[in-house]
Amino acid sequence: MPPRHPVTLNEPGRAELLMGNEAIARGALEAGVRVAAAYPGNPSSEIIETLARASDPKRLHVQWSVNEKVALEVAAGASFFGLRALAAMKQNGLNVAYDFLTNLNLCGVKGGLVVVVCDDPGGISSSNEQDTRFMARLTDIPLLEVSGFENARDMVRYAFDLSESTGSVFMVRSVTRISHGRGPVTFGPLPEISGNPRFEPGEAFTPFPILAKHERRHEVLKGLEETFSASPFNTYTGPDDPELIVVTSGIGVLFSEEALDLLEVRDRVGIARMGTTWPLPLTWIGNILEKSTRFLVVEEVDPFIENNLKEFLGGNTRRFGTKTVYGKASGHIPSVGGLAPEHVIGALETLLEVSYEPRPRAYIRLVKEKTSGLVIDRALGFCPGCPHRASFWAIKNALAKDGRKGIVTGDIGCYAMAMWPSGYSVAKTLQAMGSGIGVAAGMGILDTMGKDQPVIAVCGDSTFFHAAIPALVNTRFNTSPFVTIILDNSATAMTGFQPHPGTGMTCMGQSVDPIEVEDICRSIGFAVKTLDPFDLPATEAAVLEALRADRPQVLIFKRTCALLALKETGKAYRMRVDAERCIGEACGCDRYCTRVFKCPGLIWNPETEKAEIDEAICTGCGVCADICPERAIHREILS
Amino acid sequence: MSAFRCPYNLIIAGVGGQGNVLISQLIARAFIRKGYRAVVGETYGVSQRGGSVMSHVRIVEEGAVGPIIPPGLGDLVLGLEPMETLRILKAYGNPDIHVITNTRPISPVDVIAGNLSYPDLDAIFEAITTLSGKAWTLNASDMAMEMGSSLFTNMIMVGAMLGTGIVPLTMEDFVVILQTYAKPEGFDANRSALQKGFDIIKATE
Ligand code: SF4
Ligand code: SF4
Repeated sequence: MPPRHPVTLNEPGRAELLMGNEAIARGALEAGVRVAAAYPGNPSSEIIETLARASDPKRLHVQWSVNEKVALEVAAGASFFGLRALAAMKQNGLNVAYDFLTNLNLCGVKGGLVVVVCDDPGGISSSNEQDTRFMARLTDIPLLEVSGFENARDMVRYAFDLSESTGSVFMVRSVTRISHGRGPVTFGPLPEISGNPRFEPGEAFTPFPILAKHERRHEVLKGLEETFSASPFNTYTGPDDPELIVVTSGIGVLFSEEALDLLEVRDRVGIARMGTTWPLPLTWIGNILEKSTRFLVVEEVDPFIENNLKEFLGGNTRRFGTKTVYGKASGHIPSVGGLAPEHVIGALETLLEVSYEPRPRAYIRLVKEKTSGLVIDRALGFCPGCPHRASFWAIKNALAKDGRKGIVTGDIGCYAMAMWPSGYSVAKTLQAMGSGIGVAAGMGILDTMGKDQPVIAVCGDSTFFHAAIPALVNTRFNTSPFVTIILDNSATAMTGFQPHPGTGMTCMGQSVDPIEVEDICRSIGFAVKTLDPFDLPATEAAVLEALRADRPQVLIFKRTCALLALKETGKAYRMRVDAERCIGEACGCDRYCTRVFKCPGLIWNPETEKAEIDEAICTGCGVCADICPERAIHREILS
Repeated sequence: MSAFRCPYNLIIAGVGGQGNVLISQLIARAFIRKGYRAVVGETYGVSQRGGSVMSHVRIVEEGAVGPIIPPGLGDLVLGLEPMETLRILKAYGNPDIHVITNTRPISPVDVIAGNLSYPDLDAIFEAITTLSGKAWTLNASDMAMEMGSSLFTNMIMVGAMLGTGIVPLTMEDFVVILQTYAKPEGFDANRSALQKGFDIIKATE
């Protein structure tokens, strides 16, 4: 992100290019948010990063919380004292916060409380592509969906106002294509911040009596059906009696608009853009449904609007007669993955019996012919100089020497790539934050039933604080013999290096005493050993020793993330491959360093049949010098 | 040479870590400053670690346009890596598309490992030329290394784009953007990188 960013300036009328997440943050600032909390997770992280730029202990508190549930609790605390508060999270994060959210919703809120959830259709930077909209409906929470950049800013402001006036938590859903896209936003004014937080006598926020509170939720939703029907976020453009109406939300809106233009079918097709998707804006949608007999629903990821429309139509057959709803169930729009403009174009081509091809056939043939075999995939891998590569190298070798076919349970973070060749494919399971240790604990106990394969759980430092501590306590309490390895790279690297309790710095720039992973593990009762994974022989020996123990073990591999290290300290070594010594194909069943170790800084030169260092990519970590059996890779210390 | 018309669809193609997210923003800002509207669509996530990354920059005179370019509708590809440039042409190319590409390849993990080989570079350049209305090539990476860091590659590429004259932005327009949004410490070096890219294209025209 550019260091000088005007997103927090109080300059109404100024037009700036904002990322969707920045626009969401801007909306919160324009709404007078006082507390904002989140745990980093793509594609949501930049919301808090942006708000942090405007933070100030007297006016706006911003924090990275240890996990999403705590973030939402922090936001709720502020709301109970009458301040506007925001919690942001990715789709997986909502699951973590959900237990609290389902109860919070019954309790009601005082200061406007907005939960922004950024879904990741296609799972571009996630372990799944969960559509969280169902979770809003599941627990009676009003839901808005952003569909553009300025729209995102406006919608967050609107959500704060309605949250406060209805005493309800509001959910605003964004998706990767908007959160991580950028577009122009014209700034509105930032309000004066005033008023002290206050908890009035007689106030209480509890879910009791449960039935009355539940009833109250239904009343609120009922009222919102009408409020939403008049909302500026639901609009229709098109003929009065179109042969088809595209009903769409989120990124589907802009994709559908473009498809209608490219196919030149505006005179035949209408477009209904839905910004408020739960509860259904009954009056508005009823009018739309009366305009036509055929509807195409374009949304990401699951058929949420589609099913809700069908339910509404099904309950009102006398009013609506026979209508056809196309979308995911009919196969016109893909039922998995993120949307792309071509999906809408394709569906409209079929439904309207028109055809569209922007490129001449001859060109398409030429593309096939000319590119065949010339474009290969790029597998994901650890960065050059990444400490995880060294860690998994040591783990892989220790498991091989141990010889009992041990396995590794993986976890969420950069090191999840240990399931792929870059991490020597050692990790065999991957679920949720912190679950590597929990799953390993379930494997460890099988020793008494005859299991003889050792288990290693890996867990990052940020993940450790987020969700691994209970699993580790469980491991000790129920004595499950396996090895926990905490890969401490002093960063939440995957999501962009946000501070966490171990880094000693908050996002408001305050220094605090770092909480040491090692101290926590010791206090649970583990004799912890801390190693530098760049010291390959010592690391491998420690893993091997831990594998042979019959009680749970904890090792910490401590080494700063390569990206951070490069930024902070620069290259440690200049590397060179001694061509005389490099034995190339003959080395360790051919090309040991490039084929097996696989740091992108080391390249195989097929002409000389020797390894080489790629100066532009090597970060000078020095590790490969240790793996070369011929001692052909040399390091020279740089000052 | 075809005229600049809106929506103008520019694609920046590269590999995670090359910094194309940053230049896509700077280019979009330069257009906004000239009175256009611009949106940027990014594909990144775990892509900071070696995957293909593309940014779409779409410029319109007014109204809104989606952040993702529909297939076949590219107007200009700014390729930071040759194979990535060709990857973009497969999906977004058309007979009129313009291409400016860096010639320095970055090997995928499988090539580094020696499991696959990097496709024939000459064939890649030939394909790029055949599949575009006009193509410019330059070794921006080596030029950047000569300046002391591969980080200047992008600015050289942007300079080259300005040098071709195909987009309505001048060196001055971009210098203002650097002054406003880039780190002041890097300003002089970035400006000279911009100039180098500009000059090398001017010299070959
Ligand atoms: S020193 Fe070796 S292992 Fe480290 S980044 Fe350079 S090539 Fe990779
Ligand atoms: S970002 Fe850091 S931790 Fe993640 S792969 Fe790169 S070097 Fe490793």
